[in-house]
Amino acid sequence: MNNLFSSRPSDLGRRRFLTGAVSGVTLLVAMPHAAFAFSSSQAEALITKTVSDINTIINSGKSESGMFADFERVLVNYADTPNIARSVLGPSARSASAAQLSAFTRAFQGYISRKYGSRFREFIGGKIEVNKTQKINSIYEVSCTAILRGESPFAISFIVADKTGKFIDLTIEGISLLKSERAEIGAMLDKAGGSIDKLTAALK
Amino acid sequence: MLILGFCQLETISQLHPAALRCQRIKLDFQSVKQLALIFVAVLTLSACASRTPATGINDPHEAQNRATYESNIQLDRGVIKPISVAYGTVVPDPVRKGLSNVSDTLGLPGTVVNNLLQFKLVDALHNTARFAVNATLGFAGLFDPASEVGLEERESDFGETLHVWGFAEGEYIVLPAYGPSTKRDMVGLIVDIALDPLGTVLDPKVSNVKTGLKVADIVDTRYRYSDLYESVIYDSADGYAQLRLSYLDRRRFELGTPIPQNDSAPADNPSYDLYEDFYE
Repeated sequence: MNNLFSSRPSDLGRRRFLTGAVSGVTLLVAMPHAAFAFSSSQAEALITKTVSDINTIINSGKSESGMFADFERVLVNYADTPNIARSVLGPSARSASAAQLSAFTRAFQGYISRKYGSRFREFIGGKIEVNKTQKINSIYEVSCTAILRGESPFAISFIVADKTGKFIDLTIEGISLLKSERAEIGAMLDKAGGSIDKLTAALK
Repeated sequence: MLILGFCQLETISQLHPAALRCQRIKLDFQSVKQLALIFVAVLTLSACASRTPATGINDPHEAQNRATYESNIQLDRGVIKPISVAYGTVVPDPVRKGLSNVSDTLGLPGTVVNNLLQFKLVDALHNTARFAVNATLGFAGLFDPASEVGLEERESDFGETLHVWGFAEGEYIVLPAYGPSTKRDMVGLIVDIALDPLGTVLDPKVSNVKTGLKVADIVDTRYRYSDLYESVIYDSADGYAQLRLSYLDRRRFELGTPIPQNDSAPADNPSYDLYEDFYE
C-alpha cells in the first residue's frame, strides 16, 4: 500500500493526469471536489496523515482547549464536514438556507471536536496504527488499531468517500459516529422544536 | 470493551447465586437427552434461519424498553455508581485489576465450550492455553501473563453460538439491571448461565466467590470507564437511542461483518448501505 499509484487497472486511466511529482495527499487538499476518483492507496495515505496528526496532538502535552482547536483543524482538513453536518441534520437540511447550513456546520465542527476530543484524552501516551484499506462500493474503509496504555487494543475504522477523497465517518469497535450523531442531533433538533438556529446556538 | 463494557454485564443472575444454582444442569442421562433434543431443534431451525447480517433498528417494544431503561438508570444513579466510586477509591488499582483478571480466567471454560459449539477449534485451543497459563503462572488468574505471549482475550458467548448456527438477531430488548440485549442474546445469556461448566464442578461456596468476583469486575468497569459511560448515557439528548445504537453496532461488529476479500468486488453488505446515499 506504499506505492500511491499502483492501484487497480480500471483506475489507471483516470489517474494518468495525476501522475506527477505531487503526492496524493497534497493534491487532495488542492484539487476541487469530485474532480477525480480516489484509490485505496490514496485513502490510506489520507488516513495515515490524519492519524499521524492525531498522534501528534494527543502526545503534544497541550491544554485541553488547545487540543480541541487542533482536533477541529484535523477535522476540517481531512473530513467532509459540510456534508457530514448536512447528513446528521437529515431531511431538515433541505429546507435550511445556505447561511443556516454553514452556521450549523461551524457549530457542529466545534461540538464534535470538544465531544470526541475529550474522549481522545484517554489516548494520551497511546497511538493509532493504520492496518489496511478496502474498497466497499463507493467508500474505502481504512482499518486502524488504537493501542492505549493499560488497555487491550481496539479497532477504529475511517470511512473515506471515493467521491470527495475525505473521510465521512469514523467507527470505534463498529460503532459509527455518523449514525450516533444522526440520532443525537435528531434528538437535539426535536428538543429545539425543529429550529436549526436554536440547535446551532445549543451546539456552541 | 470500551463503550459498553459496563452494559454488557456478563450474567444478570450471577448476581443471584441461588437462582443460578437451581438452573444449573446436572449432566445425568435425562439432561444429556434434553441437550441432544435442543441441538436437533436448533439444527432444524437454523436450516431456515436467515444469514443476512442485521441492520437498522428492530425495536417493537420501545415503550416497555424505555421504561426498563429508566429504571436501570435509577439503579445506576442510586446504587451502582456510588458503589463503584467507593470501590474505585478505596481499593488500589492493581488489586482491582487482579480481581478482574481472576474473574476473566474463571469465565474461560464457558468461552471454550462456546468456541467448540461454533466449531472454532483454534479459538478453543487458544482460550484453553490462556486458561492454563493464567491459572498457573498467573497465580490463579491474578495476573495476565497469557496476553504477554500472544494469548490475548478472545471472548465468546452462547449468543454468538446462536448467531453462528444461523439464528437471526431478533428484536432489541432492554433487560432489567443487565441492560441492552436482543432476543437472541437474551436466550444466549440464559444458556450461558445454565451451561457454565465451572459451576458444575465447583463447590457452591467457591461458586459464590466467583459470583462476587464477577460483581467486583462489573463495578470496576463502571469506575474505570465512568467518564465515557456517563458521556454516552447521561450527557446525551436521548441516552436510550444512543445506547441502543451503540449496543447493536458494536454487537454486530463483534459477531463479524463479512467483507469481501477481493479489493474491487462490490460488497453485498448492508452495513455499508448508509454511505451509498450520503451524497444524494
